[in-house]
Amino acid sequence: MLAILDYEAGNQTSVRRALDHLGIPSRITADPAVIADASGLIFPGVGAAGQAMRHLTATGLDALLAEQVAAAKPLLGICLGCQIILDYSPENDTKALGIIPGQCAMFNPALTDEDDQPIRIPHMGWNKVALAKECELFDGINPASEFYFVHSYYPVPAPEYVIGITRYGLDFCSVHGRRGLWAVQFHPEKSGRPGLALLRNFAAYCQEA
Amino acid sequence: MLSKRVIPCLDVRDGKLTKGIKFQGNVDIGDPVETARLYYEAGADELVFYDITASSEGRGIMLDVVDRVAREIFIPFSVGGGISTVEDMRAVLLAGAEKISVNSAAVKNPDIISQGAAAFGSQCVVVGMDVKHVGVSEQIPSGYEIVIHGGRKAMGLDALEWAKTVEALGAGEICCNSIDADGAKTGYELTLTRMIAEAVTIPVIASGGAGNPDHMADAVTAGKASAALIASIVHYGEYSIKDCKDHMARRGVKVRDIW
Repeated sequence: MLAILDYEAGNQTSVRRALDHLGIPSRITADPAVIADASGLIFPGVGAAGQAMRHLTATGLDALLAEQVAAAKPLLGICLGCQIILDYSPENDTKALGIIPGQCAMFNPALTDEDDQPIRIPHMGWNKVALAKECELFDGINPASEFYFVHSYYPVPAPEYVIGITRYGLDFCSVHGRRGLWAVQFHPEKSGRPGLALLRNFAAYCQEA
Repeated sequence: MLSKRVIPCLDVRDGKLTKGIKFQGNVDIGDPVETARLYYEAGADELVFYDITASSEGRGIMLDVVDRVAREIFIPFSVGGGISTVEDMRAVLLAGAEKISVNSAAVKNPDIISQGAAAFGSQCVVVGMDVKHVGVSEQIPSGYEIVIHGGRKAMGLDALEWAKTVEALGAGEICCNSIDADGAKTGYELTLTRMIAEAVTIPVIASGGAGNPDHMADAVTAGKASAALIASIVHYGEYSIKDCKDHMARRGVKVRDIW
């Protein structure tokens, strides 16, 4: 069973529906006992970093997440979850979880795209991920696949944690972490077949771990 | 590199699919859930449902449609039509939509945009605008005016000013629909699309007038839109999503070509 962390940050039910569709058992929960029992954790999130962190801190979920990661529980952060897993976000000047070293940055509106047009913010739509190193989340997924993004801030982890790169005005890190502790900026639950395949790969890893 | 999006729009009334031509004479052409699934499989990048139901019973049916769509398709979709409060937005988002689209309600009460953005994030809030070419005047300096009620009521509001206003209020995206081009299949209103796209930094979806894939390519090149909304050209089987994307790619447009 996978635990989808419930911290009132948006897209838990979308993740749940995608896992249901794949026949992967999951629960949306904030219960420490259920989380401890789960084979893996999904840390989703849409919305603003400040509010999300306040909720995590107030409920003690911040400490629980850190404990679970320290105990080698597999974890997948999605979108906002991929950002606040780092040390800091300038969005609402937020001290974040510090599970992976690094911070977030906002897209600079002065950046331009391939047609020399200013980029639009948020980065909204389908884009590719170029892997900087092997990652079993992407096993069996065509490297030309695209994933659905919607975000105005992007993660800047310590260089050794960079796994995947996406181009939008600049090359930013769209997948980071290490084996068993992964974070993706896009929404796998909304990225069609490649996204579903990534969730299936994560569930398979959790089962073996 | 971000792909330009191809977005089929499904008009729904009382839980059934319709397609309006010039907003009148709608005829049922099928089940919205099944149609959504077919477009998902066919490579649509996103879907828009526009609920033209007037009754409150119909509203409940629509939430059920949204819930069933969310269980079957795994691409983003938005729902518009009849959403006028934060509670309406919450109901649709909880049922499984990624985005809600406000149109007339935002014109009547612009605060709904900032309230929605504060409650759910800007990325959830699409502002749909129906626009009519009226010629330049003192009141309408851009020559394009906002209309509501399917084009029947002019609002004395300049489309260009309105686009800037909704962006400032926190809209995450604008869907710009030309009433003049809608249903005519002679191409998007490119002057309007480009004017709006250049005035804001959020993504703009071109809507109204697609008659063939070449028009779609025009919308995202000359029109500077981030996405092209389509309806009848795909609803009646004239073109597939793949036909549209293949043609756009031949025109040098970056599209999502595997799914």
